[in-house]
Amino acid sequence: MSLNRREFLGLTAVAALATPGLRLVELAQARAPEETATKLQRWGLLIDAAKCADGCDACVTACHVENGVTGHNRPATDPQWIRKVKIKDRQTGYVQTLPLMCQHCEHPPCVDVCPTGASFKRADGIVLVDKHICIGCRYCMMACPYKARSFIHEDTKDQKPHAPRGKGTVESCTLCVHKVDRGDNTTACAEACKKEGHEAILFGDLNDAGSEIRKRLASAPSTQLRPDLKLNTGVRYTGL
Amino acid sequence: MHIHYRSIEGRSVGFLALLGLLGAIVAVGLGAALYMEHNGHWLTGMTNQIVWGMPHVFAVFLIVAASGALNVASIASVFGRQMYKPLSRLSGLLAITLLVGGLAVLVLDLGRPDRLTVAMTYYNFKSIFAWNIFLYIGFLLVVAAYLWIMMERRMNDYSKPVGVFAFTWRLILTTGTGSIFGFLVARSAYDTAVLAPMFIVFSFAYGLAIFLLVLMAAMAWTGRAFGDAVFARLRNLLGVFIAGAFYFVLVYHLTNLYITERHGIEAFILRDGGQFTAAFWLGQVIVGYVAPFAIVYSRLGRSRAMVALAAVLVVLGGIAQMYVTIIGGQAYPMPLFADKDIIESSFFDGQVAAYTPSLPELLLGVGGIGIALIATTFAVKVLPFLPASLADADADPHYKPEAA
Ligand code: SF4
Repeated sequence: MSLNRREFLGLTAVAALATPGLRLVELAQARAPEETATKLQRWGLLIDAAKCADGCDACVTACHVENGVTGHNRPATDPQWIRKVKIKDRQTGYVQTLPLMCQHCEHPPCVDVCPTGASFKRADGIVLVDKHICIGCRYCMMACPYKARSFIHEDTKDQKPHAPRGKGTVESCTLCVHKVDRGDNTTACAEACKKEGHEAILFGDLNDAGSEIRKRLASAPSTQLRPDLKLNTGVRYTGL
Repeated sequence: MHIHYRSIEGRSVGFLALLGLLGAIVAVGLGAALYMEHNGHWLTGMTNQIVWGMPHVFAVFLIVAASGALNVASIASVFGRQMYKPLSRLSGLLAITLLVGGLAVLVLDLGRPDRLTVAMTYYNFKSIFAWNIFLYIGFLLVVAAYLWIMMERRMNDYSKPVGVFAFTWRLILTTGTGSIFGFLVARSAYDTAVLAPMFIVFSFAYGLAIFLLVLMAAMAWTGRAFGDAVFARLRNLLGVFIAGAFYFVLVYHLTNLYITERHGIEAFILRDGGQFTAAFWLGQVIVGYVAPFAIVYSRLGRSRAMVALAAVLVVLGGIAQMYVTIIGGQAYPMPLFADKDIIESSFFDGQVAAYTPSLPELLLGVGGIGIALIATTFAVKVLPFLPASLADADADPHYKPEAA
């Protein structure tokens, strides 16, 4: 059978329409197209602030190396997918540090406000930006209570194939979706923290009753950031 | 009574000079957008902390003013005031051109303005932004239809129902614009329903101020009569709208002062916010409310030049208000922890964000005003938007000259 050009284009269009997972595949290349993320999983992190060491930023470095997040030495406009903050209790004066990143909410405000649907949540709870349809309006940045997102203010270099970064679009922590889809069962930040011997970040499936993260959440108190907003975050904290 | 409309001749040197000036403003604005686009937003004042800057101040101001500019037509068609009838066409025209100017700025500031088609084809129906796209497009269509009905004599009978429809639409539209901020639960300055009605009242004042300025210029420059009684009505209306805007600002801040959780943001805007506190008291309150109100309701209000000045002040105060609302609201740090302060962060958490407007941003914003005005100037030349005369007896059938 031979197809003329028009028929071929038509078929391609049909095929593209029939594959809604296409965009996801581009973000997460290691995953076969037929395996889509499902609700069976809810990926998340448990961060133990008590174990997070003052002065250590191994998680930040690892994340930015893994995902090719580079800046231009301009702190106000350079992107940060993850950052360390130092906090002080207003009453007691107790000081501690912790890493902060996209909290991968079940009800993400950034997804609600995004006009095009570029900001989206996968079935397994990972919140991402579809770089193909982000128009760079930054409404998601206005809406995010955690200041988790960065706008790409200038040309980028050394991009990683799994983390495209185009000037004029918005980006944030992907929960190392490429690693998750590859079956690594961890994130760059969690790995780095473990390697430093702190083990303050634990990655896992909040839905899996047998997972370590689930067991630890069930056995000790933990909290979400801004619990008043009822976003049901995938990232939880203990030792706060 | 029959009202005569006449397009302007538009062949004088003055007219061409005006077009040239406005054209230059637009060209510079577009150039600024291109420059920002090409190099990236890092060389504007906008950052990851202040994500919406000067372009948004101007864009939201213009969009809000656009819906307000339609009020004059609504007063005539919805509320049946004859005197406003001759002003309806210009009112509808400004509603369209101001909206187009505002939207142009908004689009040109996008990180990817080239993806406008994406914005028009991919919709997330939960997004207030997406609703607004429909509200804006709908508004343009409804007002265009309204203008056509007003201009086409055999359609005149429909001007009331269509006018009511357009009026309702503009109320929803401004509610939508206010809600862009009102739904942002994350930020202390925004998370309140008062924003939507407050934006509506702001729109009355901003829209009328611009309307009055354009009308005064158009009538004076084309040598058309503009009666004192008609003028006085518009002037007094401006005074009422200024008072209304001030009232809402008062309610907004008093409510916030009552709610302990909001004391931080209130202290920031009203007392400790540096440039934002200054923009609030000097810009929004003194320039935007007190001074024009004093002009309108004192003997100064008898001078047309002074009333024009009052209208300019309302516009400047409106821009200051948007600056305080949009940029001040972002500058105030987000409350991440209920009982802990962030004392160190590489990402400016827990600190008041710095912002200095950059020239390109400003030029783009002013370019939006240019777009609105050049479109208006052009339109009044090609179509009969302007009344041939606003002499008191021509404009108001009930007008009786005071017995001398
Ligand atoms: S910046 Fe991109 S992802 Fe964020 S709301 Fe706008 S279109 Fe959506």
